[in-house]
Amino acid sequence: MNWEVVIGLETHAQLQTKSKIFSGSSIAFGAEPNVQANAIDIALPGVLPVLNREAVVCAIKFGLAVGASIAPRSVFARKNYFYPDLPKGYQISQFEIPVVQGGGLAIRVGEQEKFVHLTRAHLEEDAGKSLHEDFHGKSGIDLNRAGTPLLEIVTEPDMRSSLEAVAYARALHALVQWIGICDGNMQEGSFRCDANVSVRPLGQKEFGTRREIKNLNSFRFMQQAIDYEVQWQINEITEGRAIRQATVLFDPDTGETRAMRSKEDAHDYRYFPDPDLLPLEIGADWIAEVNAGLPELPQVMQARFQAEYELSAYDAAILTASRAMADYYVAAVAIAGAANGKAVANWIMGELAARLNRNDMEVAASPISAAQLAGLIQRIADHTISNNIAKIVFEALWNGEGGGQANAADEIIEKQGLKQITDTGAIEKIIDEVLATNQKSVDEFRAGKEKAFNALVGQAMKATRGKANPQQVNDLLKKKLGG
Amino acid sequence: MSLTTEDVSRIALLSRIELSAAERESTREQLNGILGFIEQLQAVDTAGIEPMAHAVDVVQRLRPDLVTETDRRADFQAVAPETEAGLYLVPRVVE
Repeated sequence: MNWEVVIGLETHAQLQTKSKIFSGSSIAFGAEPNVQANAIDIALPGVLPVLNREAVVCAIKFGLAVGASIAPRSVFARKNYFYPDLPKGYQISQFEIPVVQGGGLAIRVGEQEKFVHLTRAHLEEDAGKSLHEDFHGKSGIDLNRAGTPLLEIVTEPDMRSSLEAVAYARALHALVQWIGICDGNMQEGSFRCDANVSVRPLGQKEFGTRREIKNLNSFRFMQQAIDYEVQWQINEITEGRAIRQATVLFDPDTGETRAMRSKEDAHDYRYFPDPDLLPLEIGADWIAEVNAGLPELPQVMQARFQAEYELSAYDAAILTASRAMADYYVAAVAIAGAANGKAVANWIMGELAARLNRNDMEVAASPISAAQLAGLIQRIADHTISNNIAKIVFEALWNGEGGGQANAADEIIEKQGLKQITDTGAIEKIIDEVLATNQKSVDEFRAGKEKAFNALVGQAMKATRGKANPQQVNDLLKKKLGG
Repeated sequence: MSLTTEDVSRIALLSRIELSAAERESTREQLNGILGFIEQLQAVDTAGIEPMAHAVDVVQRLRPDLVTETDRRADFQAVAPETEAGLYLVPRVVE
């Protein structure tokens, strides 16, 4: 039987504020346990939460970036459950009326484009952390994280493979960093995903029963976990066992998912509007103000790159896959000139990307600055060097040669004498020497062997150490042999 | 609507409140009394009236994003039953 996989993702993005969502405690990562947990965060009696304006700004930015509607009036609710790292016995979240409603994200798997719809995004507070080791049979509780502002972003069940789920997660990860609302640090838990996974026979209308994989904190684990879970569900059904709704955890060591607890009771959170918080009102003027401060969004930039620099949709998507990548490209084109937009794109996605990949580096850490790469491309464009020589200069730039300034490429070309020889007289002289010392090839060519011609071009290029313009060499050689 | 003893037991479990059999019965009566009030409220014709999320018809005041709190861990932990290495200790919780 053919199966269809159905995946929806819930992502918790930690918002880049200075203080907590409902209190004036710092949210800086890595502090001593409980030194950033004040009376509100640890839920001492008589305290009142007061909403952080910046957290709301982050939610508005996100809503605008995904084309969602921003609720003019949204409501905070209490989600009730008991766990020691949740001091109030409830989490302040949003339930019936979330701040961001609808919208979506375009994703790309290979050449395939797809639109993933969002159900909602709502503001909520994070819980603290429980540590289960080393406390002689007890659990240790650190409440520094309690009250950290989160935006929970929920998709429709639109994804049909682990690849699509990962593509969506990557696109979202890039977007929240792009608009500056989340640092995207997955190791520190600033961006964590839960995947709702179910399978159904291809063609069936109803969804299968889903299981939720919790806390996927890397894209690789996400793919592994979903692939394992899908196979597990198919096996269960094939062997006649029904899937029961459950929360599961992924174990990276075994590559397996394992049920955590039955969800029967867990879903009874008894949400109700939090009487400590009044409705959040967001006026059109506030939205307009936030909108004015938003950077150019990736999809807008993509369209612009295609129009202004004649890039393909694929190239434009790659170059806007992260803010750092787009910044690099924009900076390089600004120097190299719009006419070189395509060449800059080719160098970044070709030579530079390969180099970065091999060294497991991000573009932001590139040893070759955008200005240096632009300087190199300008020298190709004005025929100072050939494409082949440019690769030598690129190598030198990568190794930090050329003085590290924007003109590093020029320094390298000058110092290593790599300037292309365009003086016809000089090239003719070299060709004459080549013809004189390679009589055998000349004879072979005259006898009709085309390959001999290429050998002669090769010899001439070698004699100029690659610095002659190959086209020019070709033309001159042809003229001389033909004459 | 009226609650059964089973309903009360379930609500007590979700709320982590332990009730004796006698308490269960008295709680059931009290809760049913409250539900009676709600029935009265629900009988009022509210057609055309916009629902409210709060009894007070004002909107949320917002706080500027500033760190205003200092470390008062020592004060807070002085009244905690048990602490170690800056952590609050609780009976072990394992999934």
